[in-house]
Amino acid sequence: MNPNLPNSFRTGPDERGHFGIFGGRFVAETLMPLILDLEKAYADAKADPAFQAEMNGYLKNYVGRPSPLYFAERLTEHLGGAKIYFKREELNHTGSHKVNNVLGQIMVARRMGKKRIIAETGAGQHGVATATLCARFGLDCVVYMGAVDVERQQPNVIRMEMLGARVVPVQSGSRTLKDAMNDALRDWVTNVHDTFYCIGTVAGPHPYPMMVRDFQSVIGDETRTQMQEIEGRLPDSLIACIGGGSNAMGLFHPFLDDPSIEIFGVEAAGHGLTQLHAASIAGGRPGVLHGNRTYLLMDEDGQIQDAHSISAGLDYPGIGPEHSWLHETGRVTYLSATDEEALEAFQLLSRLEGIIPALEPAHAIAKVLELAPKRPKDHLMVVNLSGRGDKDVPQVGDILKGRKK
Amino acid sequence: MTTRIDACFAELAKQGRSAFVTFLMAGDPDPATSLSIIKALPKAGADIIEIGMPFTDPMADGPSIQAAGLRALKAGMTLKKTLEMVRGFRKDDNATPLVLMGYYNPIYIYGVDKFLADAKAAGVDGLIIVDLPPEEDTELCIPAMKAGLNFIRLATPTTDDKRLPAVLANTSGFVYYVSIAGITGGAAADSNVVGEAVARIKRHTKLPVCVGFGIRTPDAARAIAQKANGAVVGTALVDALHASLDGEGRATPKTVGAVADLASALAQGVKGAKQAAE
Ligand SMILES: Cc1ncc(COP(=O)(O)O)c(C=O)c1O
Repeated sequence: MNPNLPNSFRTGPDERGHFGIFGGRFVAETLMPLILDLEKAYADAKADPAFQAEMNGYLKNYVGRPSPLYFAERLTEHLGGAKIYFKREELNHTGSHKVNNVLGQIMVARRMGKKRIIAETGAGQHGVATATLCARFGLDCVVYMGAVDVERQQPNVIRMEMLGARVVPVQSGSRTLKDAMNDALRDWVTNVHDTFYCIGTVAGPHPYPMMVRDFQSVIGDETRTQMQEIEGRLPDSLIACIGGGSNAMGLFHPFLDDPSIEIFGVEAAGHGLTQLHAASIAGGRPGVLHGNRTYLLMDEDGQIQDAHSISAGLDYPGIGPEHSWLHETGRVTYLSATDEEALEAFQLLSRLEGIIPALEPAHAIAKVLELAPKRPKDHLMVVNLSGRGDKDVPQVGDILKGRKK
Repeated sequence: MTTRIDACFAELAKQGRSAFVTFLMAGDPDPATSLSIIKALPKAGADIIEIGMPFTDPMADGPSIQAAGLRALKAGMTLKKTLEMVRGFRKDDNATPLVLMGYYNPIYIYGVDKFLADAKAAGVDGLIIVDLPPEEDTELCIPAMKAGLNFIRLATPTTDDKRLPAVLANTSGFVYYVSIAGITGGAAADSNVVGEAVARIKRHTKLPVCVGFGIRTPDAARAIAQKANGAVVGTALVDALHASLDGEGRATPKTVGAVADLASALAQGVKGAKQAAE
């Protein structure tokens, strides 16, 4: 552990948007005035009880919160160690945790008088959540999505279009999430006057990493209350998958100052850490991209490398800046799971619990399979089940069919 | 401290005309051709040369410049080789100001102090770093000033009077006014609107103001040069270079000439304009 540990892990970022050396506002001048406006608008909203009340209303009646904290009895028996609980974010409206953040940002956009919303998406879950809330509030919606992801996440592309959004397939670079984010930023630079950029994870220029974390912290806040109700105490460990890291940050943040709780983030190791992967902490170093300083996959010249993961939602060469800081302070342990491990966990969970998970949280489940058996039977472990697998059914079906032959 | 940029604008003021500023990507389509092109630019009439440092993720650039960067990277261009290219240019030309333009990450990875020392030694005069707003001045802007390099800031249509002083505070060399809220290669701005914006910036600074984004033709360059201290052309030159390549994206015998010819025509446009009113 770092010797200069803060008294609290929950006070970041500082007023310039930094978590240690990470974070910041590395964007073109065109965007700066808008980012400063957003920072102010968000601070106002956060302090306004009417905003909180309205948001809680939608969280309850539109999103369907609180999401259950479910005791996974069969998985627990199967592994013979820790008592495993799932935080059921996949039961939210639109099928993942993404909706928590999108609701918050759309409500801020409405306060700012913005009528046009843009978003980037990898797996399509953030795009679907954005398209959904734009439909609900009558806003124009454009979603940037890498052409590769448009192929592998067809069900979500169809959903977004049904919801009235325009999906723009991005042909540049590796044609995945990083390139979708570049094109969303280009759109934003071009249309700053009327456009709100709804970022899908805890990354980007300040205040996005903080704002998205705050909106997602409902996950961890509920988990605290629910675990107290069910077990009469706090959990012993938390685990979540990491693309940019929003579902993980949302679960972790309310527990960061409880030192006895072990916390694990799981990055995508793709074909393996020595080959193509998307594990920015395990295989990257600090650099500057998409408005913030954070761990990134890059070559020795500072050029960004393509990430790879079977899961479109984890296929990003970076990670949110607060995670980079939590890694360097040692508060959170970052692990990784390969495509193959995720596929196995996907199938095991489907068979044992009757829950088909998204490929993203299947990465977290893969590490539960390793960690839980090593913990005592009274150890309480919470996994964030960040999304359901409907969107992945065609892709996984094809892979499994290919193997039977 | 007087840099080549300061000397250049002082000389232009004496001549009563505005600057013609060119932008091309270092290493596009390959390092050797790229050096030949920038060597040909002063003769073609370029007063100041901006050289792009290729980056995989140029978030504020349009398709032409993005593709130019990827061609350069594919041909093995690096930041180190970009500085070598500057040294190559300086062998025969010790007067034309050279400005490096790009994104922060390759510099951050190279190491800020080492980069500034190497860039200064190679003969670089100024830096334009798109993703470093004044809020991040401690990263590179302040160290660059200390190292004797001009840090040229972008001002944009969204930079209002309240914000301008912050943008101008640590700027030197010249101010680069981005005439549209948008990416490179986008629509052209109305020269009258640009004229008003330049006048507004000049109420806050004595620095020369150059205008770029959307200028493609000699006429457009002339119109801007009448309103500003310089007109910057990038995408049109990059497109001319691209059009001269073979099917595989390699240089042909026409490449250097194609860029130089367009630069000459644009330079005529700029030089036909009277100097911007002070
Ligand atoms: C279900 C699900 N989980 C996780 C992620 C990864 O995002 P984050 O790391 O921000 O939670 C995604 C992204 O698309 C997702 O759809």
